[in-house]
Amino acid sequence: MTTDATTATTRRLLSRGTSRARAGGSQERPLPIGRQIVIQLILLMITFTVLFPIIWILSMSLDPRNLSRPDGLNLIPPGASLDAFQKVIAQPTTNDISFIELALNSLKIAIGSSVVAVGIGILAAYAFSRLRFRGREALMIAVLGVLMLPSVATIIPLFIFLNQFQISFGDLSFNLRASLLGVTLAVISAQLPFAIWNLKGYLDTIPKDLEEAAAVDGASQNEIFRKIVLPLAIPAIAVTGFLGFLGGWTEYLTVTMFTTEVHDQTLSIALNAMVGQFARTTNWSQFAAFSILFALPVSVVFFVFQRYLVGGLAVGGVKG
Amino acid sequence: MATATAALPQRGRGTQLRRGAQPYLYLVPAFAVMAIITFYPLIFQVWMSFYDFGQINFRVRNPVPPDFIGIENYVRIAQSKLAIPNFEFIRLVLFNLWWALSNVVIHVVIGVLVAVVLNTKGVRFRGIYRALFILPVVIPQIIVATVWRNMFDANAGAVNYGLQAVGGLFGISAANPAFHLDWLRQATDPISWLPLPLAYFAMITANTWLGWPLNSVVATGALQSIPGELYEAAEMDGASPWQKFRNVTIPFLRPAMLPYAIYGFVITFNLFFLPFFMTAGEPFGRTEILVTQAYRLAYERRLFGVAAAFAVYLFFLLLIVTLITNRMAKATKSYAD
Repeated sequence: MTTDATTATTRRLLSRGTSRARAGGSQERPLPIGRQIVIQLILLMITFTVLFPIIWILSMSLDPRNLSRPDGLNLIPPGASLDAFQKVIAQPTTNDISFIELALNSLKIAIGSSVVAVGIGILAAYAFSRLRFRGREALMIAVLGVLMLPSVATIIPLFIFLNQFQISFGDLSFNLRASLLGVTLAVISAQLPFAIWNLKGYLDTIPKDLEEAAAVDGASQNEIFRKIVLPLAIPAIAVTGFLGFLGGWTEYLTVTMFTTEVHDQTLSIALNAMVGQFARTTNWSQFAAFSILFALPVSVVFFVFQRYLVGGLAVGGVKG
Repeated sequence: MATATAALPQRGRGTQLRRGAQPYLYLVPAFAVMAIITFYPLIFQVWMSFYDFGQINFRVRNPVPPDFIGIENYVRIAQSKLAIPNFEFIRLVLFNLWWALSNVVIHVVIGVLVAVVLNTKGVRFRGIYRALFILPVVIPQIIVATVWRNMFDANAGAVNYGLQAVGGLFGISAANPAFHLDWLRQATDPISWLPLPLAYFAMITANTWLGWPLNSVVATGALQSIPGELYEAAEMDGASPWQKFRNVTIPFLRPAMLPYAIYGFVITFNLFFLPFFMTAGEPFGRTEILVTQAYRLAYERRLFGVAAAFAVYLFFLLLIVTLITNRMAKATKSYAD
């Protein structure tokens, strides 16, 4: 029964956009040809501005001439080669670290932070959305208050706090602050309030009928949460988890401030090294190739699930 | 978890009590984590802001206790008396507010206009355009910022090359200085009576590219909820397209767009990636915003006490912004009802 309800809700959510578009389409009358052309021209111009940076980066990354700087506006490169991609995969910056190692570090932060934030966030979101208890308002305000703060506002005290956890065994020493674990904790600190708020916003939109029926049948609070609410919340869990993943995947601030070793660098650090003050040595084709490799995994997921994700965001935004 | 076990024997008394404790059990993991890595650091930060806190004060081996200096950190920030170049607190705050406001206005206007054009009855290829227009949103912001920095490069950037190509169509030489602008670093303002550097216009271009599509999505949703009969009724009354837009479209868009615009304002106010990676605050710290400046105080200047006081200022500024915008949101809510 639960799974049926879930798929029904999912289908309803997915079909909302299309059915609306279809309803609009049925009453459409043909547009005068002159107006149609004018509107198409406007839309093509907008399309050009949207695609321009993307085409520029793509063509730079494929340019076979191995130029340090592009010599003109070559939106269609003269031929194509994957040389730049090969080079950045081997070693993107002057530091001795490969693309795979950078990506693995980013991945650790992304998975660690999003799993923890969503895992404990959904519990708190359930309590805030469904349960009555004393101090509910005050606790929710505490979450919202932190949500409003940008992560840079807590970075210094976190740095000092995490820096206190240092252990050394002879030659081996471990500083929580300078480790990827410390970075992940700092990222969780930034993500958890958002996860609670976003998940609560979604749970608030789910009708309570099913839960009430289950309660009448004698299900306990925990059973209701596990068997009814959790399956229904899967879209929101996926959205929040993905946004958390995206945040961890591109995290820059804490990585650069906390870590000291080359082998702890992430994709963001390498990207900044390719455009920042040390950028003179960087070949732009390689910068372009690196950007594409960095963006592609998350952009493809985002694009495929955009209806969900944008919807989830918009709901959160309007609710805020 | 310790509290859970301690509470067990008492909870045996009845379901009433169990119901009473259960909500808190769901909250324990989240609040335990937040207490340690969010609330404690925040309180510690307020404490720090009253001390002359520097790097020597938190070494693990023999840390030196910091000196209590009262509100001196706050006073020095407000009076812009910090030992760092190009720091002017009032200018920074005003620029930050203007940055957020100007962006949101442009995003909403473009977002609504594109949504209205796309929503015109009978337009072909609508689905393709909608899919393409969402592309800026799906690219990670750090990449958007670095790519636009690259595009605004003075010598080999796509923007200057593009201007040269357009100029070429009109027979203007590519060597014309107008096509070799140093977008991100030019020190003189492009508009003499407007105290905004060229880099601001470059930044707003990049952020417009990034920001209007989501506004367009929200506006499209609102447009599709407008009953078609309203337009038909307006047409029968002989309303012009502008009158229809003014009297039917806008009143329906407002309740959906305003909360979203407020959300966008707060997001843009704290938008770290763009000023940091695209202009790096140039020229002369004039495109710095509060969050990037806070980061520089801590990381580049190692002024931890000052940075803590700065973060407290940031908190109160955001609080004021939130209170004002919330009031605005409430005002429109009653308007919508």
